[in-house]
Amino acid sequence: MDIKIFTKGLYKDNPIFVQLLGMCPTLAVTTSAINGLGMGLATTAVLASSNVVISMLRKVIPDKVRIPAFIVVIATFVTIIGMVLEGYFVDLYNALGLFIPLIVVNCIILARAETFAFKNGIFSSFLDGLGMGLGFTIALLILGSVRELLGAGSIFGISLLGAAYKPALIMILPPGAFLALGILLAINNVIKQKSAA
Amino acid sequence: MENASIFVIIVSAILVNNFVLSRFLGICPFLGVSKQVETAFGMGMAVTFVMTLAGIITYVVQYFILVPLGLEFLKIVAFILVIASLVQFVEIVLQKTSPTLYQALGVFLPLITTNCAVLGLALLNIQYEFNLLQTIAHSASAAIGFSLAIVLFAGIREKLEIADVPAPFKGFPIALITASLMSIAFLGFTGLV
Repeated sequence: MDIKIFTKGLYKDNPIFVQLLGMCPTLAVTTSAINGLGMGLATTAVLASSNVVISMLRKVIPDKVRIPAFIVVIATFVTIIGMVLEGYFVDLYNALGLFIPLIVVNCIILARAETFAFKNGIFSSFLDGLGMGLGFTIALLILGSVRELLGAGSIFGISLLGAAYKPALIMILPPGAFLALGILLAINNVIKQKSAA
Repeated sequence: MENASIFVIIVSAILVNNFVLSRFLGICPFLGVSKQVETAFGMGMAVTFVMTLAGIITYVVQYFILVPLGLEFLKIVAFILVIASLVQFVEIVLQKTSPTLYQALGVFLPLITTNCAVLGLALLNIQYEFNLLQTIAHSASAAIGFSLAIVLFAGIREKLEIADVPAPFKGFPIALITASLMSIAFLGFTGLV
């Protein structure tokens, strides 16, 4: 049963491809695979730790003020993660920029706090946060890789398509983000229909 | 950006660096509340109202409370609390003073707390080191840019409802591709400032 709590976030309830939550960072930071991965892992860390703390406090927090309480817990962890990134991963910190503090308002985190951590035990909340976070990371990594491959001809900075490939710069610019995610969602729909039939 | 004139700030926030289409702030309401022009307009108005106020209040919090006390690292926690209470406050005041406006904006207000455009705007104002006047201009015009994008997008989506879209693209995929085309159109404004 525990393993299901973990794995449901990876594909079945994937926050991006199925629930369509947390769109802002998804579209904004996926200009390259490494940025997508970094953002995904930072969000995972915040999600897992805030889920644990909220689950611990679920009997203490009064029902009426739970949303502000969640936000304070989440904002605290985001501040910590921001400091860690600034201290040890300066390049990533600069690349993600504004979107590190904006992890606070990522709907995925508040949604998991409200629908899962506030009602379940500490260990399952941790697994839930980890699973959802990794599902988010995988989605960001796929989107980042596709955009980097088409827009710069490389993945993780390693050139794959050779010098003859003329990069489609548009994929790295904002329109490419909407376009790539739209097409990935459509592909996902096709896969789902095929497997259901 | 420190000495940018008000006019440059306004044009750039509405068109060139449109919050939704080029900065990716406020995508959730942009995709979620854009099925009808009327509701999109309501959302736009509510966001404009809150964003302008939030811009001013976070400016005051930053320069009159956090900086003198050396507590800049608490910026995120402080700002999100200010925004959450502001939204609650606006809701209560509107309910008492202007029931008509409250009915028009009511349903959208609670959603604004988690609209990353509001927090993003507050953080950007600080990052650009704007003064109070520039902050007000930037906040209001960023919000107008948001409203412009969401209303245009809702207009297109109303037409999409009756269009013949390939089955796998129905719903969100085609909406995202529409947004992509709009974003290309807005790229045309690059170089305006």
